[in-house]
Amino acid sequence: MREKLALLRYILAGNPVTLLALAMLVLLLGCAILGPALVPYDPIATNTASALQPPSATHWFGTDQLGRDVFSRVVVAARLDLAIAFAAVLLSMAVGSVFGAAMGYFRGWLDTAGSRGTDVLMAFPLFVLAMAMVAALGNSVSSVVYATAVINLPFYIRLARAETSIRRDMGYIEAARVGGSGHARILRVFLLPNILPALVVQASVNLGWAVLNTAGLSFIGLGVRAPTPEWGIMVAEGAQFIVSGRWWIAAFPGAALMLAVFCFNLLGDGLRDIVDPRSRT
Amino acid sequence: MAFLLRRLAGVVPTLFGVVVAAFVLTRLLPGDPAVFFANSVTADAATIAAVRQKLGLDLPLWQQFLVYAGQLLRGDLGQSVGTGQPVATDLLRLLPASAELTLVAFALAILVAVPLGVAAALRPGSVIDHACRLLSTAGVSLPTFVSGLLLIYIFYYQLGTAPEPIGRIDPFAIPPPGITGFLLIDTLLAGDTEGFAAAARQIVLPAVTMALFALAPLARMTRASMLGVLGSEFIRTARANGLRRRKIIVSYALRNALLPIVTTLGMVFSNMLGANVLVERVFAWPGIGSYALDSLISLDYAPVQGFMLLMATIFVLVNLVIDLLYAVIDPRTGLFHA
Repeated sequence: MREKLALLRYILAGNPVTLLALAMLVLLLGCAILGPALVPYDPIATNTASALQPPSATHWFGTDQLGRDVFSRVVVAARLDLAIAFAAVLLSMAVGSVFGAAMGYFRGWLDTAGSRGTDVLMAFPLFVLAMAMVAALGNSVSSVVYATAVINLPFYIRLARAETSIRRDMGYIEAARVGGSGHARILRVFLLPNILPALVVQASVNLGWAVLNTAGLSFIGLGVRAPTPEWGIMVAEGAQFIVSGRWWIAAFPGAALMLAVFCFNLLGDGLRDIVDPRSRT
Repeated sequence: MAFLLRRLAGVVPTLFGVVVAAFVLTRLLPGDPAVFFANSVTADAATIAAVRQKLGLDLPLWQQFLVYAGQLLRGDLGQSVGTGQPVATDLLRLLPASAELTLVAFALAILVAVPLGVAAALRPGSVIDHACRLLSTAGVSLPTFVSGLLLIYIFYYQLGTAPEPIGRIDPFAIPPPGITGFLLIDTLLAGDTEGFAAAARQIVLPAVTMALFALAPLARMTRASMLGVLGSEFIRTARANGLRRRKIIVSYALRNALLPIVTTLGMVFSNMLGANVLVERVFAWPGIGSYALDSLISLDYAPVQGFMLLMATIFVLVNLVIDLLYAVIDPRTGLFHA
């Protein structure tokens, strides 16, 4: 354990940017876990007497058209946004990696059918596909999770398939087969753990996209519904006030959104450097 | 030629899958279209059954699909309830607005990103390199609907240099005769420089918003690819032979670095087609994205289906063009010989 910590410290010392990303991640997770307990105001309590106030000492990020405290709403929204992103990416990674690894390992009709399926998925602009799926599955948070998981699926399938194809004929797999391991055991014990690092890097980048996607969907009125605090909805509500100069309603949730995506992207880059130093750009 | 035919044949199963996917997705949409078409929630069961029969909704799903596929082959995308027009007509009417926006943004992104990436690769570690890195990391993190609003706030509200974000032209202005449907070109063809300036002023902010979003992956890939090529031996040889710097960079390095850049271009274009919906929403741009979104919200099947098919078709065609570009850029890929 101590050795691992020392290694972690060594790696982070050489990657100040990754350290910064980790700090941002801690901040975001802190907001998501403790946020509702910490914020000064009830995020959905309206108070029309103090509507549309600019940022001040009492309302750090100002108030929106219904007098709700923007700061409280931005902090509380972290939980929902991050939860959707994590759920979607985990689901997508779990299904995609198993399916992709099976495609790469067994080849044959499974591979052909799976590859065709991913081609079709990739033929749609992903956001458009997510839009249609949320509409089809019903306008709810779980549909957003499923839709986001499905549009990320092709990336995991392709990655897991490629990584498995490289390894399936390697010596250690052959040895495992000779040793009497069945297909399921080879996949589970010898292949999946080996392709996991590549999948985790992909997952980190995808978390950023998932947050963007969720916010984008709720921005156009799909998925999460008002008055639930969610960054995309808040930006959408603030949009009509931008032209009259009340920037704070949309700007702060927008900034939070940016911070989250930025954090996951940096983290993904940092992880890639650690996992595969050759691909540094 | 054989390659071209084979590549075209490869498109067919994908497009078929796209049609199936669009069909299945829209059949899953909530709300009973028969009730919707009967124009009343309280319509009695007999009326609804009659409407259902008329719309063919009482047939088994596979028969409905066959009917649908047959209509598609005749170019019939169905009828929009919202506008009362055939969907194909609507899409054709609105496509130029979206295409103009996307293409202007695409051109803008390429014009900025490629030189920036090349400059960054020529001097790694310099100010330009850091600027390129910052831009490419920040660019992918910036949601288009947030950057769009930010630009509106700065350039419309604070500086007053941009017009109000209410679409392609001033609602009181007379649109130029529609020849191409691209306002920038139509106004020029009509010799209306004032109209051209007005249209240009309207398109600047949405186009910049989209370009910002497309810029990041392009600049990043250009830089990485150029760095790789510049470090290779044939560049060293070219330098040693005393070739001019410009020639080395443009015709030796960039040409060889182009392949991954073009791949990224295809990806970026697809993302832009998706981002269109959001940008059109922010700037009230009357394109196919807004149209699809309005239809989606009012549970109008056919336009959404048509929109998805159009998007997927455009994307498949773009990929086809990119595959052909590969062969032009790098004859070694052997696509024309194989």
